[in-house]
Amino acid sequence: MSFISYLVSGLSLGSIYALIALGYTMVYGIAKMLNFAHGDIIMVGGYAAFLAMSASWCPIWLAMIISVTVCTVLGVVIEKVAYRPLRSAPPLAVLITAIGVSYLLQNIALLTQSATPKTFKSIAAGAPPFLLVFEGKAPLFFTKLSDSPYGGESPVLTISMETFLAIVVSLVIMAALTLFINKTKAGKAMLACSEDRGAAQLMGINVNATISMTFAIGSALAAVAAMLMCSAYPLLSPTTGSMPGIKAFVAAVFGGIGSIPGAMIGGVLLGVIEQLSKAYISSQLSDAIVFLVLIVVLIIRPTGIMGKKISEKV
Amino acid sequence: MALLEIDKLEVYYGSINALKGISFNVERGEIIALIGANGAGKTTTLHTITGLLPAKKGSIKLDGHDITKAPAHRIVSMGMAHVPEGRRVFAQLTVYENLMLGAYTRKDKDEIAATLENVYYRFPRLKERLKQTAGTLSGGEQQMLAMGRALMSKPSIILMDEPSMGLSPLYVSEIFDIIQEINKAGTTVLLVEQNAKKALSIANRAYVLETGNIVLAGDASELMNNEQVKKAYLGE
Ligand SMILES: Nc1ncnc2c1ncn2[C@@H]1O[C@H](COP(=O)(O)OP(=O)(O)OP(=O)(O)O)[C@@H](O)[C@H]1O
Ligand SMILES: [Mg+2]
Repeated sequence: MSFISYLVSGLSLGSIYALIALGYTMVYGIAKMLNFAHGDIIMVGGYAAFLAMSASWCPIWLAMIISVTVCTVLGVVIEKVAYRPLRSAPPLAVLITAIGVSYLLQNIALLTQSATPKTFKSIAAGAPPFLLVFEGKAPLFFTKLSDSPYGGESPVLTISMETFLAIVVSLVIMAALTLFINKTKAGKAMLACSEDRGAAQLMGINVNATISMTFAIGSALAAVAAMLMCSAYPLLSPTTGSMPGIKAFVAAVFGGIGSIPGAMIGGVLLGVIEQLSKAYISSQLSDAIVFLVLIVVLIIRPTGIMGKKISEKV
Repeated sequence: MALLEIDKLEVYYGSINALKGISFNVERGEIIALIGANGAGKTTTLHTITGLLPAKKGSIKLDGHDITKAPAHRIVSMGMAHVPEGRRVFAQLTVYENLMLGAYTRKDKDEIAATLENVYYRFPRLKERLKQTAGTLSGGEQQMLAMGRALMSKPSIILMDEPSMGLSPLYVSEIFDIIQEINKAGTTVLLVEQNAKKALSIANRAYVLETGNIVLAGDASELMNNEQVKKAYLGE
Protein backbone atom coordinates (compact mmCIF):
# COMPACT_ATOMS: atom_id res chain seq x y z
CA MET A 1 0.00 0.00 0.00
CA SER A 2 2.75 2.44 0.84
CA PHE A 3 4.18 1.87 -2.65
CA ILE A 4 0.87 2.90 -4.20
CA SER A 5 0.78 5.91 -2.00
CA TYR A 6 4.26 7.01 -3.13
CA LEU A 7 3.40 6.28 -6.72
CA VAL A 8 0.24 8.37 -6.57
CA SER A 9 2.00 11.28 -4.94
CA GLY A 10 4.70 10.95 -7.62
CA LEU A 11 2.07 11.03 -10.35
CA SER A 12 0.52 14.07 -8.74
CA LEU A 13 3.78 15.97 -8.40
CA GLY A 14 4.73 14.81 -11.87
CA SER A 15 1.50 16.19 -13.32
CA ILE A 16 2.38 19.58 -11.90
CA TYR A 17 5.89 19.35 -13.38
CA ALA A 18 4.30 18.40 -16.68
CA LEU A 19 2.14 21.54 -16.71
CA ILE A 20 5.20 23.69 -16.08
CA ALA A 21 7.32 21.73 -18.54
CA LEU A 22 4.70 22.33 -21.23
CA GLY A 23 5.30 26.06 -20.91
CA TYR A 24 9.05 25.57 -21.27
CA THR A 25 8.79 23.26 -24.20
CA MET A 26 6.18 25.24 -26.15
CA VAL A 27 8.12 28.47 -25.79
CA TYR A 28 11.31 26.68 -26.76
CA GLY A 29 9.66 25.03 -29.75
CA ILE A 30 8.07 28.18 -31.09
CA ALA A 31 10.18 31.10 -29.91
CA LYS A 32 13.42 29.05 -29.92
CA MET A 33 14.45 30.33 -26.51
CA LEU A 34 14.77 29.02 -22.97
CA ASN A 35 12.54 31.18 -20.84
CA PHE A 36 14.28 30.89 -17.50
CA ALA A 37 11.76 33.28 -15.99
CA HIS A 38 9.06 30.64 -16.46
CA GLY A 39 9.55 29.30 -12.93
CA ASP A 40 9.04 32.76 -11.48
CA ILE A 41 5.74 33.09 -13.29
CA ILE A 42 4.65 30.21 -11.04
CA MET A 43 5.65 32.24 -8.00
CA VAL A 44 3.70 35.25 -9.29
CA GLY A 45 0.70 33.00 -9.90
CA GLY A 46 0.99 31.74 -6.34
CA TYR A 47 1.09 35.24 -4.86
CA ALA A 48 -1.74 36.45 -7.07
CA ALA A 49 -3.96 33.62 -5.85
CA PHE A 50 -2.78 34.05 -2.27
CA LEU A 51 -3.47 37.79 -2.19
CA ALA A 52 -6.84 37.38 -3.86
CA MET A 53 -7.88 34.63 -1.45
CA SER A 54 -6.85 36.66 1.57
CA ALA A 55 -9.46 39.24 0.63
CA SER A 56 -12.55 38.08 2.47
CA TRP A 57 -14.92 38.90 -0.40
CA CYS A 58 -13.01 36.84 -2.92
CA PRO A 59 -14.24 33.28 -3.54
CA ILE A 60 -11.70 30.62 -4.52
CA TRP A 61 -12.90 30.36 -8.11
CA LEU A 62 -12.41 34.09 -8.58
CA ALA A 63 -8.93 33.93 -7.04
CA MET A 64 -8.09 31.19 -9.54
CA ILE A 65 -9.29 33.30 -12.45
CA ILE A 66 -7.33 36.28 -11.16
CA SER A 67 -4.17 34.21 -10.85
CA VAL A 68 -4.48 32.80 -14.36
CA THR A 69 -5.22 36.24 -15.80
CA VAL A 70 -2.30 37.90 -14.03
CA CYS A 71 0.12 35.24 -15.26
CA THR A 72 -1.21 35.28 -18.82
CA VAL A 73 -0.85 39.04 -19.08
CA LEU A 74 2.54 38.96 -17.39
CA GLY A 75 3.83 36.30 -19.80
CA VAL A 76 2.69 38.25 -22.85
CA VAL A 77 4.11 41.52 -21.52
CA ILE A 78 7.48 39.95 -20.68
CA GLU A 79 7.70 38.52 -24.16
CA LYS A 80 6.82 41.81 -25.78
CA VAL A 81 9.06 44.02 -23.66
CA ALA A 82 12.05 41.82 -22.95
CA TYR A 83 12.28 39.13 -25.63
CA ARG A 84 10.74 40.52 -28.81
CA PRO A 85 13.37 43.23 -29.28
CA LEU A 86 15.95 40.43 -29.21
CA ARG A 87 14.24 38.26 -31.81
CA SER A 88 17.28 38.20 -34.07
CA ALA A 89 19.89 38.59 -31.35
CA PRO A 90 22.29 35.74 -30.48
CA PRO A 91 20.68 33.04 -28.25
CA LEU A 92 23.06 33.86 -25.40
CA ALA A 93 21.77 37.45 -25.18
CA VAL A 94 18.22 36.13 -24.95
CA LEU A 95 19.18 33.61 -22.28
CA ILE A 96 20.86 36.26 -20.15
CA THR A 97 17.82 38.50 -20.54
CA ALA A 98 15.60 35.66 -19.37
CA ILE A 99 17.77 35.16 -16.29
CA GLY A 100 17.53 38.91 -15.69
CA VAL A 101 13.74 38.80 -15.91
CA SER A 102 13.75 35.90 -13.46
CA TYR A 103 15.72 37.90 -10.87
CA LEU A 104 13.60 40.96 -11.51
CA LEU A 105 10.42 39.06 -10.70
CA GLN A 106 11.94 37.49 -7.59
CA ASN A 107 13.17 40.84 -6.34
CA ILE A 108 9.87 42.56 -6.95
CA ALA A 109 8.24 39.80 -4.91
CA LEU A 110 10.86 40.19 -2.20
CA LEU A 111 10.27 43.92 -2.06
CA THR A 112 6.50 43.81 -2.01
CA GLN A 113 5.84 40.50 -0.21
CA SER A 114 8.98 40.15 1.98
CA ALA A 115 11.10 37.03 2.30
CA THR A 116 8.94 35.47 5.02
CA PRO A 117 7.08 32.53 3.53
CA LYS A 118 3.30 32.80 3.42
CA THR A 119 1.04 29.86 4.16
CA PHE A 120 -1.02 29.22 1.09
CA LYS A 121 -4.61 28.21 1.72
CA SER A 122 -5.39 25.09 -0.30
CA ILE A 123 -7.84 25.53 -3.16
CA ALA A 124 -9.40 22.30 -1.84
CA ALA A 125 -9.46 23.49 1.77
CA GLY A 126 -12.18 21.74 3.73
CA ALA A 127 -12.79 19.14 1.05
CA PRO A 128 -12.77 15.46 2.05
CA PRO A 129 -9.93 13.24 0.82
CA PHE A 130 -10.45 11.66 -2.56
CA LEU A 131 -9.89 8.12 -1.33
CA LEU A 132 -9.51 6.25 1.95
CA VAL A 133 -8.54 2.58 1.89
CA PHE A 134 -8.89 0.37 4.95
CA GLU A 135 -7.56 -3.11 5.60
CA GLY A 136 -10.15 -5.61 4.34
CA LYS A 137 -12.98 -3.11 3.90
CA ALA A 138 -14.63 -1.30 0.98
CA PRO A 139 -12.73 1.91 0.10
CA LEU A 140 -14.33 5.28 0.78
CA PHE A 141 -14.45 8.00 -1.85
CA PHE A 142 -14.90 11.69 -0.98
CA THR A 143 -15.50 10.90 2.69
CA LYS A 144 -13.93 12.62 5.68
CA LEU A 145 -12.16 10.31 8.08
CA SER A 146 -14.39 11.68 10.85
CA ASP A 147 -17.41 10.46 8.85
CA SER A 148 -15.92 7.00 8.36
CA PRO A 149 -18.35 4.15 9.14
CA TYR A 150 -15.39 2.03 10.31
CA GLY A 151 -15.14 3.68 13.71
CA GLY A 152 -11.72 4.84 14.79
CA GLU A 153 -9.87 2.54 12.36
CA SER A 154 -7.08 4.35 10.50
CA PRO A 155 -6.75 3.98 6.72
CA VAL A 156 -3.79 2.19 5.13
CA LEU A 157 -3.90 4.52 2.15
CA THR A 158 -5.07 8.13 1.89
CA ILE A 159 -5.20 10.08 -1.33
CA SER A 160 -5.88 13.72 -0.60
CA MET A 161 -8.12 15.93 -2.67
CA GLU A 162 -5.10 18.06 -3.63
CA THR A 163 -3.24 15.02 -4.97
CA PHE A 164 -6.28 13.89 -6.90
CA LEU A 165 -7.01 17.36 -8.30
CA ALA A 166 -3.46 17.83 -9.53
CA ILE A 167 -3.68 14.63 -11.55
CA VAL A 168 -7.18 15.21 -12.92
CA VAL A 169 -6.75 18.90 -13.73
CA SER A 170 -3.43 18.23 -15.47
CA LEU A 171 -4.89 15.37 -17.48
CA VAL A 172 -7.82 17.50 -18.63
CA ILE A 173 -5.55 20.42 -19.52
CA MET A 174 -3.11 18.21 -21.38
CA ALA A 175 -5.89 16.58 -23.38
CA ALA A 176 -7.38 19.98 -24.21
CA LEU A 177 -3.99 21.35 -25.23
CA THR A 178 -3.29 18.35 -27.44
CA LEU A 179 -6.64 18.81 -29.17
CA PHE A 180 -6.08 22.54 -29.52
CA ILE A 181 -2.67 22.10 -31.12
CA ASN A 182 -3.57 19.28 -33.47
CA LYS A 183 -7.09 20.22 -34.44
CA THR A 184 -7.35 24.00 -34.62
CA LYS A 185 -5.98 26.42 -37.15
CA ALA A 186 -4.16 28.39 -34.46
CA GLY A 187 -2.59 25.16 -33.19
CA LYS A 188 -1.42 24.22 -36.67
CA ALA A 189 0.05 27.70 -37.01
CA MET A 190 2.03 27.05 -33.82
CA LEU A 191 3.37 23.79 -35.21
CA ALA A 192 4.27 25.50 -38.47
CA CYS A 193 6.11 28.30 -36.64
CA SER A 194 8.02 25.83 -34.53
CA GLU A 195 9.24 24.05 -37.62
CA ASP A 196 10.07 26.94 -39.92
CA ARG A 197 9.26 30.48 -38.97
CA GLY A 198 10.03 31.92 -42.41
CA ALA A 199 7.91 29.37 -44.25
CA ALA A 200 5.12 29.96 -41.73
CA GLN A 201 5.16 33.67 -42.58
CA LEU A 202 4.90 32.76 -46.25
CA MET A 203 1.64 30.98 -45.38
CA GLY A 204 0.30 34.23 -43.94
CA ILE A 205 0.87 33.28 -40.31
CA ASN A 206 1.65 36.19 -38.01
CA VAL A 207 4.67 34.85 -36.17
CA ASN A 208 4.70 37.54 -33.48
CA ALA A 209 1.06 36.90 -32.65
CA THR A 210 1.72 33.17 -32.52
CA ILE A 211 4.65 33.63 -30.15
CA SER A 212 2.49 35.89 -27.93
CA MET A 213 -0.18 33.21 -27.85
CA THR A 214 2.41 30.61 -26.87
CA PHE A 215 3.58 32.74 -23.96
CA ALA A 216 -0.02 33.32 -22.94
CA ILE A 217 -0.81 29.60 -22.88
CA GLY A 218 2.44 28.67 -21.15
CA SER A 219 1.93 31.30 -18.45
CA ALA A 220 -1.70 30.33 -17.89
CA LEU A 221 -0.56 26.73 -17.37
CA ALA A 222 2.08 28.01 -14.94
CA ALA A 223 -0.66 29.72 -12.90
CA VAL A 224 -2.66 26.50 -12.73
CA ALA A 225 0.48 24.62 -11.72
CA ALA A 226 1.18 27.26 -9.08
CA MET A 227 -2.20 26.81 -7.42
CA LEU A 228 -2.04 23.01 -7.53
CA MET A 229 1.50 23.02 -6.18
CA CYS A 230 0.91 25.57 -3.43
CA SER A 231 -2.20 23.65 -2.36
CA ALA A 232 -0.14 20.49 -1.89
CA TYR A 233 3.05 22.19 -0.60
CA PRO A 234 1.65 25.31 1.05
CA LEU A 235 4.73 27.47 1.67
CA LEU A 236 4.91 30.44 -0.68
CA SER A 237 8.02 32.62 -0.91
CA PRO A 238 9.72 34.73 -3.62
CA THR A 239 11.89 31.75 -4.58
CA THR A 240 9.04 29.24 -4.63
CA GLY A 241 9.19 29.00 -8.40
CA SER A 242 12.89 28.34 -8.78
CA MET A 243 13.19 24.65 -7.95
CA PRO A 244 9.99 23.51 -9.68
CA GLY A 245 11.06 25.68 -12.60
CA ILE A 246 14.40 23.88 -12.86
CA LYS A 247 12.80 20.48 -12.36
CA ALA A 248 10.26 21.20 -15.07
CA PHE A 249 13.04 22.34 -17.36
CA VAL A 250 14.77 19.03 -16.69
CA ALA A 251 11.48 17.26 -17.41
CA ALA A 252 11.19 19.09 -20.72
CA VAL A 253 14.73 18.11 -21.72
CA PHE A 254 14.09 14.60 -20.45
CA GLY A 255 11.04 14.26 -22.70
CA GLY A 256 12.73 16.00 -25.63
CA ILE A 257 12.67 19.78 -25.54
CA GLY A 258 10.19 21.17 -28.04
CA SER A 259 7.99 18.07 -27.89
CA ILE A 260 4.61 18.47 -26.24
CA PRO A 261 3.95 14.78 -25.46
CA GLY A 262 7.59 14.66 -24.35
CA ALA A 263 7.01 17.37 -21.74
CA MET A 264 3.98 15.51 -20.42
CA ILE A 265 5.77 12.16 -20.17
CA GLY A 266 8.97 13.78 -18.91
CA GLY A 267 7.13 15.69 -16.19
CA VAL A 268 5.18 12.70 -14.93
CA LEU A 269 8.24 10.41 -14.98
CA LEU A 270 10.30 12.99 -13.15
CA GLY A 271 7.71 13.31 -10.40
CA VAL A 272 7.45 9.54 -9.98
CA ILE A 273 11.21 9.03 -9.95
CA GLU A 274 11.61 11.83 -7.43
CA GLN A 275 8.96 10.53 -5.01
CA LEU A 276 10.04 6.90 -5.27
CA SER A 277 13.68 7.75 -4.67
CA LYS A 278 12.65 9.92 -1.73
CA ALA A 279 10.74 6.99 -0.27
CA TYR A 280 13.09 4.11 -0.98
CA ILE A 281 16.58 5.52 -1.45
CA SER A 282 17.16 8.80 0.30
CA SER A 283 15.22 11.98 0.60
CA GLN A 284 18.44 14.00 0.53
CA LEU A 285 19.64 12.30 -2.63
CA SER A 286 16.36 12.34 -4.54
CA ASP A 287 17.25 15.41 -6.59
CA ALA A 288 20.65 13.97 -7.42
CA ILE A 289 18.97 10.76 -8.56
CA VAL A 290 16.60 12.74 -10.77
CA PHE A 291 19.53 14.43 -12.49
CA LEU A 292 21.42 11.14 -12.75
CA VAL A 293 18.48 9.59 -14.59
CA LEU A 294 18.39 12.62 -16.87
CA ILE A 295 22.07 12.19 -17.69
CA VAL A 296 21.63 8.49 -18.42
CA VAL A 297 18.63 9.18 -20.66
CA LEU A 298 20.51 11.86 -22.56
CA ILE A 299 23.50 9.56 -23.08
CA ILE A 300 21.25 6.89 -24.54
CA ARG A 301 18.95 9.29 -26.41
CA PRO A 302 20.58 12.72 -26.80
CA THR A 303 17.33 14.32 -27.98
CA GLY A 304 15.27 13.06 -25.04
CA ILE A 305 12.55 10.44 -24.90
CA MET A 306 10.28 11.94 -27.55
CA GLY A 307 12.84 14.25 -29.14
CA LYS A 308 12.91 14.77 -32.84
CA LYS A 309 15.79 13.33 -34.74
CA ILE A 310 18.26 16.05 -35.48
CA SER A 311 19.01 14.94 -39.00
CA GLU A 312 16.70 16.33 -41.63
CA LYS A 313 16.11 15.60 -45.24
CA VAL A 314 17.88 18.19 -47.36
CA MET B 1 0.29 48.96 -64.89
CA ALA B 2 2.49 45.96 -64.25
CA LEU B 3 1.35 43.43 -61.67
CA LEU B 4 4.69 43.56 -59.88
CA GLU B 5 6.99 46.58 -60.10
CA ILE B 6 10.42 46.59 -58.51
CA ASP B 7 12.13 49.95 -58.47
CA LYS B 8 15.78 50.58 -57.54
CA LEU B 9 15.72 47.96 -54.84
CA GLU B 10 18.70 47.85 -52.49
CA VAL B 11 19.18 45.16 -49.87
CA TYR B 12 21.95 44.66 -47.33
CA TYR B 13 22.96 41.83 -45.04
CA GLY B 14 24.67 43.90 -42.36
CA SER B 15 27.26 45.77 -44.39
CA ILE B 16 27.13 43.35 -47.33
CA ASN B 17 25.32 44.92 -50.28
CA ALA B 18 23.40 42.00 -51.81
CA LEU B 19 21.14 43.97 -54.20
CA LYS B 20 22.49 47.17 -55.65
CA GLY B 21 19.42 48.96 -56.93
CA ILE B 22 17.65 46.55 -59.24
CA SER B 23 14.52 47.46 -61.19
CA PHE B 24 12.26 45.16 -63.13
CA ASN B 25 8.62 44.42 -63.63
CA VAL B 26 6.30 41.50 -64.19
CA GLU B 27 3.22 41.95 -66.33
CA ARG B 28 -0.01 40.11 -65.65
CA GLY B 29 -0.04 36.64 -67.21
CA GLU B 30 3.66 36.45 -67.90
CA ILE B 31 6.30 33.94 -66.91
CA ILE B 32 9.39 35.94 -66.02
CA ALA B 33 12.69 34.18 -65.47
CA LEU B 34 15.33 35.60 -63.18
CA ILE B 35 18.60 33.83 -63.85
CA GLY B 36 22.06 34.19 -62.42
CA ALA B 37 24.99 32.35 -60.90
CA ASN B 38 25.27 31.24 -57.27
CA GLY B 39 25.27 34.21 -54.96
CA ALA B 40 23.97 36.64 -57.58
CA GLY B 41 21.11 37.69 -55.31
CA LYS B 42 18.14 35.78 -56.73
CA THR B 43 16.89 34.40 -53.43
CA THR B 44 17.53 37.76 -51.79
CA THR B 45 15.31 39.38 -54.41
CA LEU B 46 12.41 37.00 -53.77
CA HIS B 47 12.75 37.20 -50.01
CA THR B 48 12.66 40.98 -50.15
CA ILE B 49 9.58 40.97 -52.38
CA THR B 50 7.65 38.72 -49.99
CA GLY B 51 8.76 40.66 -46.95
CA LEU B 52 11.09 38.13 -45.33
CA LEU B 53 13.94 40.62 -45.74
CA PRO B 54 13.73 44.41 -45.38
CA ALA B 55 14.62 46.68 -48.27
CA LYS B 56 17.10 49.43 -47.54
CA LYS B 57 16.02 51.56 -50.48
CA GLY B 58 13.67 51.39 -53.42
CA SER B 59 10.13 50.18 -53.72
CA ILE B 60 8.05 47.11 -54.47
CA LYS B 61 4.55 47.52 -55.84
CA LEU B 62 2.01 44.75 -56.20
CA ASP B 63 -0.96 45.65 -58.34
CA GLY B 64 -0.17 49.32 -57.76
CA HIS B 65 0.00 49.02 -53.95
CA ASP B 66 3.28 49.76 -52.25
CA ILE B 67 4.20 46.62 -50.29
CA THR B 68 7.82 47.54 -49.56
CA LYS B 69 7.20 47.73 -45.83
CA ALA B 70 4.35 45.25 -45.53
CA PRO B 71 5.06 42.31 -43.18
CA ALA B 72 5.46 38.93 -44.85
CA HIS B 73 2.29 37.49 -43.36
CA ARG B 74 0.16 40.27 -44.91
CA ILE B 75 1.49 39.83 -48.41
CA VAL B 76 -0.04 36.38 -48.95
CA SER B 77 -3.56 37.71 -48.67
CA MET B 78 -2.70 40.38 -51.25
CA GLY B 79 -2.37 37.61 -53.82
CA MET B 80 1.29 36.72 -53.81
CA ALA B 81 2.62 33.25 -52.98
CA HIS B 82 6.22 32.16 -52.66
CA VAL B 83 7.62 28.68 -53.21
CA PRO B 84 10.88 29.05 -51.29
CA GLU B 85 14.30 27.74 -52.15
CA GLY B 86 14.78 24.24 -50.73
CA ARG B 87 10.97 23.76 -50.62
CA ARG B 88 10.66 24.25 -46.88
CA VAL B 89 7.63 22.03 -46.46
CA PHE B 90 6.61 21.41 -42.86
CA ALA B 91 8.30 18.04 -42.48
CA GLN B 92 6.49 16.95 -39.31
CA LEU B 93 3.04 17.74 -40.69
CA THR B 94 1.10 15.67 -43.17
CA VAL B 95 0.68 16.52 -46.82
CA TYR B 96 -2.90 17.53 -46.15
CA GLU B 97 -1.93 19.77 -43.23
CA ASN B 98 0.73 21.42 -45.35
CA LEU B 99 -1.79 22.13 -48.08
CA MET B 100 -4.32 23.55 -45.62
CA LEU B 101 -1.67 25.85 -44.15
CA GLY B 102 -1.30 27.21 -47.67
CA ALA B 103 -4.92 28.36 -47.37
CA TYR B 104 -4.30 29.85 -43.92
CA THR B 105 -5.43 33.36 -44.85
CA ARG B 106 -8.60 32.22 -46.62
CA LYS B 107 -11.93 31.89 -44.88
CA ASP B 108 -14.46 30.42 -47.31
CA LYS B 109 -14.55 26.63 -46.77
CA ASP B 110 -16.21 25.85 -50.11
CA GLU B 111 -13.73 27.89 -52.08
CA ILE B 112 -10.84 26.28 -50.24
CA ALA B 113 -12.27 22.86 -51.05
CA ALA B 114 -12.49 23.84 -54.72
CA THR B 115 -8.87 24.98 -54.77
CA LEU B 116 -7.88 21.76 -53.04
CA GLU B 117 -9.57 19.74 -55.78
CA ASN B 118 -7.69 21.80 -58.32
CA VAL B 119 -4.38 21.09 -56.57
CA TYR B 120 -5.19 17.36 -56.46
CA TYR B 121 -5.94 17.48 -60.16
CA ARG B 122 -2.61 19.12 -60.89
CA PHE B 123 -0.64 16.93 -58.47
CA PRO B 124 -2.37 13.53 -58.33
CA ARG B 125 0.67 12.17 -56.50
CA LEU B 126 -0.08 14.43 -53.53
CA LYS B 127 -3.62 13.17 -53.33
CA GLU B 128 -2.33 9.62 -52.90
CA ARG B 129 -0.17 10.73 -49.99
CA LEU B 130 -2.40 13.05 -47.98
CA LYS B 131 -1.77 11.33 -44.64
CA GLN B 132 1.96 10.92 -45.12
CA THR B 133 4.21 13.34 -43.25
CA ALA B 134 5.89 15.73 -45.63
CA GLY B 135 9.38 14.84 -44.41
CA THR B 136 8.99 11.33 -45.79
CA LEU B 137 8.22 12.50 -49.35
CA SER B 138 10.85 12.30 -52.07
CA GLY B 139 12.51 15.52 -53.16
CA GLY B 140 10.33 15.82 -56.24
CA GLU B 141 7.18 15.17 -54.26
CA GLN B 142 8.21 17.79 -51.72
CA GLN B 143 8.64 20.26 -54.56
CA MET B 144 5.15 19.45 -55.76
CA LEU B 145 3.84 19.90 -52.24
CA ALA B 146 5.55 23.26 -51.92
CA MET B 147 3.95 24.32 -55.20
CA GLY B 148 0.55 22.93 -54.25
CA ARG B 149 0.74 24.65 -50.89
CA ALA B 150 1.46 27.96 -52.60
CA LEU B 151 -1.47 27.46 -54.98
CA MET B 152 -3.78 26.93 -52.00
CA SER B 153 -3.68 30.67 -51.33
CA LYS B 154 -5.11 31.19 -54.83
CA PRO B 155 -2.39 33.69 -55.74
CA SER B 156 -2.44 36.04 -58.68
CA ILE B 157 1.34 35.82 -58.79
CA ILE B 158 3.57 33.01 -57.63
CA LEU B 159 7.30 33.34 -57.00
CA MET B 160 9.35 30.16 -57.37
CA ASP B 161 12.90 29.78 -56.20
CA GLU B 162 14.80 27.06 -58.04
CA PRO B 163 12.00 24.51 -58.28
CA SER B 164 14.25 22.17 -60.27
CA MET B 165 17.05 22.08 -57.72
CA GLY B 166 18.25 18.59 -56.94
CA LEU B 167 15.65 16.81 -59.08
CA SER B 168 16.16 14.12 -61.69
CA PRO B 169 15.72 15.22 -65.33
CA LEU B 170 12.37 13.47 -65.54
CA TYR B 171 11.02 15.35 -62.53
CA VAL B 172 12.48 18.61 -63.84
CA SER B 173 10.48 18.29 -67.04
CA GLU B 174 7.35 17.45 -65.10
CA ILE B 175 7.79 20.46 -62.80
CA PHE B 176 8.35 22.80 -65.74
CA ASP B 177 5.26 21.44 -67.50
CA ILE B 178 3.25 22.12 -64.38
CA ILE B 179 4.61 25.66 -64.11
CA GLN B 180 3.41 26.28 -67.65
CA GLU B 181 0.00 24.84 -66.86
CA ILE B 182 -0.34 26.96 -63.75
CA ASN B 183 0.52 29.99 -65.84
CA LYS B 184 -1.97 29.06 -68.56
CA ALA B 185 -4.63 28.80 -65.88
CA GLY B 186 -4.08 32.47 -65.15
CA THR B 187 -1.35 32.77 -62.55
CA THR B 188 1.59 35.06 -63.22
CA VAL B 189 4.95 33.44 -62.49
CA LEU B 190 8.28 34.88 -61.40
CA LEU B 191 10.73 32.03 -61.77
CA VAL B 192 14.23 31.97 -60.32
CA GLU B 193 16.38 29.27 -61.85
CA GLN B 194 19.94 28.08 -62.22
CA ASN B 195 18.72 25.82 -64.99
CA ALA B 196 18.73 28.75 -67.41
CA LYS B 197 18.01 26.71 -70.49
CA LYS B 198 14.80 25.26 -69.09
CA ALA B 199 13.74 28.56 -67.58
CA LEU B 200 14.26 30.51 -70.79
CA SER B 201 12.40 27.85 -72.75
CA ILE B 202 9.16 28.49 -70.86
CA ALA B 203 9.54 32.21 -69.98
CA ASN B 204 8.21 35.21 -71.88
CA ARG B 205 10.93 37.52 -70.70
CA ALA B 206 13.99 37.19 -68.52
CA TYR B 207 16.40 39.20 -66.42
CA VAL B 208 19.98 38.25 -65.75
CA LEU B 209 21.31 39.04 -62.31
CA GLU B 210 25.02 39.32 -61.56
CA THR B 211 26.34 40.19 -58.10
CA GLY B 212 23.36 42.30 -57.17
CA ASN B 213 22.83 44.03 -60.50
CA ILE B 214 20.59 43.29 -63.46
CA VAL B 215 23.01 43.11 -66.35
CA LEU B 216 20.72 41.91 -69.12
CA ALA B 217 17.02 41.94 -69.84
CA GLY B 218 14.91 40.93 -72.77
CA ASP B 219 12.64 38.42 -74.43
CA ALA B 220 13.50 34.90 -73.39
CA SER B 221 14.04 33.78 -76.97
CA GLU B 222 16.42 36.69 -77.57
CA LEU B 223 18.41 35.96 -74.46
CA MET B 224 18.63 32.32 -75.46
CA ASN B 225 20.59 33.42 -78.53
CA ASN B 226 22.64 36.05 -76.75
CA GLU B 227 26.36 35.15 -76.91
CA GLN B 228 27.01 36.32 -73.35
CA VAL B 229 24.14 34.30 -71.95
CA LYS B 230 25.08 31.25 -73.99
CA LYS B 231 28.60 31.32 -72.64
CA ALA B 232 27.85 32.08 -69.04
CA TYR B 233 24.56 30.28 -68.38
CA LEU B 234 23.77 27.82 -71.11
CA GLY B 235 27.15 26.13 -71.14
CA GLU B 236 27.58 26.44 -74.90
N1 LIG C 1 21.96 35.61 -44.31
C1 LIG C 1 22.97 36.15 -45.02
N2 LIG C 1 23.94 36.84 -44.41
C2 LIG C 1 24.95 37.41 -45.13
N3 LIG C 1 25.05 37.33 -46.45
C3 LIG C 1 24.11 36.64 -47.11
C4 LIG C 1 23.02 36.03 -46.43
N4 LIG C 1 22.23 35.41 -47.34
C5 LIG C 1 22.80 35.64 -48.53
N5 LIG C 1 23.94 36.39 -48.41
C6 LIG C 1 24.81 36.84 -49.48
O1 LIG C 1 24.07 37.58 -50.42
C7 LIG C 1 24.44 37.25 -51.75
C8 LIG C 1 23.21 36.82 -52.53
O2 LIG C 1 22.72 35.58 -51.99
P1 LIG C 1 21.44 34.85 -52.56
O3 LIG C 1 21.11 33.75 -51.64
O4 LIG C 1 20.41 35.86 -52.84
O5 LIG C 1 22.01 34.27 -53.93
P2 LIG C 1 21.29 33.36 -55.00
O6 LIG C 1 21.37 34.09 -56.29
O7 LIG C 1 19.96 32.95 -54.57
O8 LIG C 1 22.28 32.11 -55.05
P3 LIG C 1 21.96 30.54 -55.23
O9 LIG C 1 21.82 30.31 -56.67
O10 LIG C 1 23.20 29.89 -54.69
O11 LIG C 1 20.76 30.23 -54.45
C9 LIG C 1 25.51 36.18 -51.63
O12 LIG C 1 26.76 36.81 -51.80
C10 LIG C 1 25.36 35.65 -50.24
O13 LIG C 1 26.59 35.25 -49.72
MG1 LIG D 1 19.14 31.17 -54.06
